[in-house]
Amino acid sequence: MNAVGTAAVAAQVVLVTAGAPLLTGLMRQVRARMEGRAGAGIGQPWRDFRKLLRKEPITPVGTGPAFRTAPLLLVATAAVIAALVPLASTATPVSRNADLIVVVALLALGTVALALAGLDTGTAFGGMGASREMTVIALVEPTILLAVFALSIPAGTTNLPAIIAGRIHDPARLASPAGLLAAVALAVVTLAETGRLPVDNPSTHLELTMIHEAMILEYAGPDLALVELGAQMRLTVLLGLLASLFAPWGIATSASVAAVVLAFVLFAVKVALLGAALAAAEVFWAKLRLFRVPELLAGSFLLALLAVTASYFLTGE
Amino acid sequence: MSLLRKIRDTGRVAEDAPPRPTENPPPAAQELGGSVQVRHIDAGSCNGCEIEIGSAFGPVYDAERYGARLVASPRHADVALVTGPVTRNMAEPLRRTVAAMPQPRLVVAVGDCALNCGEFAGGYGVEGPVADVVPVDLQVPGCPPRPEAIVAALRIVTGR
Amino acid sequence: MSAAGPAVVVAAGLAGVGALAGVFLPERWQPRLAPRRLRASVVGVCTAGLGAAGLVAGAAALGGARWSADLPGLLPLAGVHLAVDALSGLFMAVAGAVVLAVAVYGIGYAGHGTDARGVQAVLPVFALSLVLVPAAASVSSFLLLWELMAVTSLVLVLAEHRERASVREAGVWYAVMTHLGLVLLLAGLMLFAARAGGETFTVLRAGAGGMSPQARGTVFVLVSAAFASKAGMVPLHAWLPRAHPEAPSHVSALMSAAMVNLGAYGIVRVGFDLLGGGPRWWWLMVLGGGAVSAVYGILQAAMASDLKRLLAYSTSENLGLVFIGVGAAGMFADAGNQKLAALALTAALLHVVNHAAFKALLFCAAGSVLRATGLRDLDQLGGLRAKMPATAGLFTVGALGAVALPPGNGFVSEWLLLQSLIHGFAVPGVTTAIVLPLAVAAIALSAGLAAAVFVKALGVGFFARPRSDQAAAATESPPSMLAGMGLLAAGCAALALVPGVLGDGLSRAAAAAGVTGGTILSGGSLEVRLDRISTVLSPLWVAAALVAGVLAVSALTRLVSRRRRRTNARLWDCGGGAPTARMAYTATSFAEPLQRVFDDVLAPEQDVDVTPVRESAYLVERVRFQRRVPDRIEHRLYRPVLAALSGAGQAARRLAGGSVHLYLGYGFFGLVALLVALTVIQ
Repeated sequence: MNAVGTAAVAAQVVLVTAGAPLLTGLMRQVRARMEGRAGAGIGQPWRDFRKLLRKEPITPVGTGPAFRTAPLLLVATAAVIAALVPLASTATPVSRNADLIVVVALLALGTVALALAGLDTGTAFGGMGASREMTVIALVEPTILLAVFALSIPAGTTNLPAIIAGRIHDPARLASPAGLLAAVALAVVTLAETGRLPVDNPSTHLELTMIHEAMILEYAGPDLALVELGAQMRLTVLLGLLASLFAPWGIATSASVAAVVLAFVLFAVKVALLGAALAAAEVFWAKLRLFRVPELLAGSFLLALLAVTASYFLTGE
Repeated sequence: MSLLRKIRDTGRVAEDAPPRPTENPPPAAQELGGSVQVRHIDAGSCNGCEIEIGSAFGPVYDAERYGARLVASPRHADVALVTGPVTRNMAEPLRRTVAAMPQPRLVVAVGDCALNCGEFAGGYGVEGPVADVVPVDLQVPGCPPRPEAIVAALRIVTGR
Repeated sequence: MSAAGPAVVVAAGLAGVGALAGVFLPERWQPRLAPRRLRASVVGVCTAGLGAAGLVAGAAALGGARWSADLPGLLPLAGVHLAVDALSGLFMAVAGAVVLAVAVYGIGYAGHGTDARGVQAVLPVFALSLVLVPAAASVSSFLLLWELMAVTSLVLVLAEHRERASVREAGVWYAVMTHLGLVLLLAGLMLFAARAGGETFTVLRAGAGGMSPQARGTVFVLVSAAFASKAGMVPLHAWLPRAHPEAPSHVSALMSAAMVNLGAYGIVRVGFDLLGGGPRWWWLMVLGGGAVSAVYGILQAAMASDLKRLLAYSTSENLGLVFIGVGAAGMFADAGNQKLAALALTAALLHVVNHAAFKALLFCAAGSVLRATGLRDLDQLGGLRAKMPATAGLFTVGALGAVALPPGNGFVSEWLLLQSLIHGFAVPGVTTAIVLPLAVAAIALSAGLAAAVFVKALGVGFFARPRSDQAAAATESPPSMLAGMGLLAAGCAALALVPGVLGDGLSRAAAAAGVTGGTILSGGSLEVRLDRISTVLSPLWVAAALVAGVLAVSALTRLVSRRRRRTNARLWDCGGGAPTARMAYTATSFAEPLQRVFDDVLAPEQDVDVTPVRESAYLVERVRFQRRVPDRIEHRLYRPVLAALSGAGQAARRLAGGSVHLYLGYGFFGLVALLVALTVIQ
């Protein structure tokens, strides 16, 4: 059991790291095709990554350790989350430590590191990006924790493998009102945390419309490669978390090799489908004005609150 | 839903890719490996070239399929796409922008104004062609150059 | 024979020695070789010893020892009763540890008034009162020590009153509010003692069962109002953001990290232990007050650009979280679920410990900045990580605890608190179904805002480049200050990585409060084991995984990248010209989006003053724009009360008309009324 579980965890981290640029490439390709263009191909983000590693690393004068360590911390937190979340198997050596609140907190840690790096540059845009990002994160926290609350009520614990195993064995939880409301709330949370439309436009060139991009304007070369990889990995693990929570079929609950391999294949398919759906939806959305974003987040908060109360009143606990 | 119908009815807008240019890429471009991030700098142009560049990155000519992508910060960029005769006020900003780009970097001068000041040669506000301010690796003549020429220049850099 | 008793005696002795040293020693000792600050050093050493003794006593009590002492001769009529059990031991240990570190820090902290005889003499007494208040075992000794704490802290807050006028105003607010709290406390405890038939805690405990529910309710309301004010709960918090910035920084650290905890101690002691638990509305009140304080406190901290005011409001927020835990524990105990109540109370107590560690560290670092630059205003600081790297690193450790993210220590207690609330659904009832999700939402919002607040404090205050000459001229603090902060940082790290060592002690403390149930917190990790479920948090594992991840990513990147040598380039300034330090984001601009989002709650006041040119009103000579975010509760609650009192005072002046006939009339009619009343009553 130990060997298969350890291999599953290692494979999760490797697959997320290798697959994150591919997922981004797929999303860009879907968007390109819908816009009538030919698109650069799924492998383009990997080409970008390889080229950035070959470029000259730059440390702007006046920045400090926060600027240097933020890209490392961003990728490291995403990698730890990829190891913890049961994307393929719930029976791994780290299952005991895989707490949903810890996963949420590690995501926030990555964001905080990047915000500090933005402030460390001392430029106006860096500070602006950090300020906006922290505002969005502060407003997203209640929704996330209430969604965690709603998901942990039927399982009686915040331990992720236990929650997911419970949802596999009891499909009624998936289709329950609480489950659906929590799904919508977490979808909005994913958009906010990863900086996608309608909260933030990842491909904008107008600095005054940037939230995430503004913090990374000073990064170059390998640092930029890590920042982009980190952002792509965060998107992948969040979509993987959504897939594991709301479409858990295929996740291995035992330690058999065949089940784990099948689970990986299904994980890739599910995340690819979710990514393509997100990219297609983004074609129809415009970015919200910054001060309309709290309204969107308040709406998702209400949904999460309803999910919790529905979970309580409908299960009668 | 009307947008969905429009997408379905429009289909593919991008024209088929013309044959790949056969010129040798500049030495700095050999490390890029098919991925080029482009930072456009307007050093005093009349915006005619900008419209053609916008068209080159649009759906019809779709420069992105060859690996070129526009970025906002020169620190993220490999290629500086410079248009316009360099005016006196833009000379120093042009130098600083190119200096902010990490190595390996290239400068592509687009349009007759960037090559030899074009229509504005001898004007009192004009410093000189781009080559007088920063070293130029690739040139795209024309007033304005056609989007196909701009795309061909980018394809020389990306090698795709 | 436990160590608790001798330790307390040693502490008292050291306090006396320290106080005498403060009074009699000269400020400087000038041997030919090296002048030293004699008074501050001796007093600092004595206070540090006092803190260590308090820590030993508290640790012994947490380990299971009990100690009590009755000193009838010390106080006429009532005598002094002291008793140390696990609950008081926890608070004594926290106070002692903070005193130890802060005293070491204070040896090097030389302020403009901090070296004065009065201040130095009073500091050991204040520290002693902080250590002894949890040990008080009768109403009179508790009130005596409480008042001693209040008076000594007032003297310390006023230490720099010659420097700034705002210190005097802060002193007045603090004095009035703490004594109003004392009056409420006095009323409540006197009522309790009268109904229970005695004043020692043992008698109160025994007699509480025989009191009517109305009497118990009145006692709890009065007492909890006083303790809530001391803990900085909204709406009785107004003294906190005034007194903390004006006090010397090590005094602010003592107040924020040791004194406000005693508000929580008081509520737990009276509510759970002496009164033996109570109906649900008590605990709903505590929980509701805690939730409102948590959100309001951190929101005001987000708006503050004064570093110490920010930290003071953050104290209000953290104590709000503690009160949420205490309220939840009371509600669960009232519903009969002892295990869940023990879990919630343990979470609250653990948060008290964690908060003390990181808040003391943060205040000491702020004091270090204040000493080096003379500035508290974040808008004018900046660039300090280059000038004061050790202080910046220590502030980062404290900020990591305050944002409640792994691998900090604040995350551990917040996780435990969330676990207790999430599992609270096991308690049936519509009230819990409504209250628990709202409490979780309040905790989450305060956690999110805390992240924004400390990113602001750290990023704007320490990173980028200096925005004023004073910040540019900053130098690192002397070794004693760094040593004190280092002790606190070591404490934060230990609490972050191996919180399980406190496990047994916390269970004993909860049991001493009357809530038995016992969660199991083992060696490295926190394991919550209730009836059907168990959850585990392993902070050590998370920290190790993060470190391994960072090292792996760094190594892999270096391996793969082609160009290794880093270039130093000028900042990308959009080509237009060198960015000045004035272009960087300040604390005010950082908080502006949050202020706009919470516009209705904060109600900022804006003032635009246009001075036109004399010749023509259409041309403008100068425009002056001023915006401030006031404390709205102060405006809405305190101003009307103060205006009413002032009005009543003015009206009462008419009573003193100056006419002798009027005064004789008052006397005559007063006497007649009294005689009539006595006749009627008899």
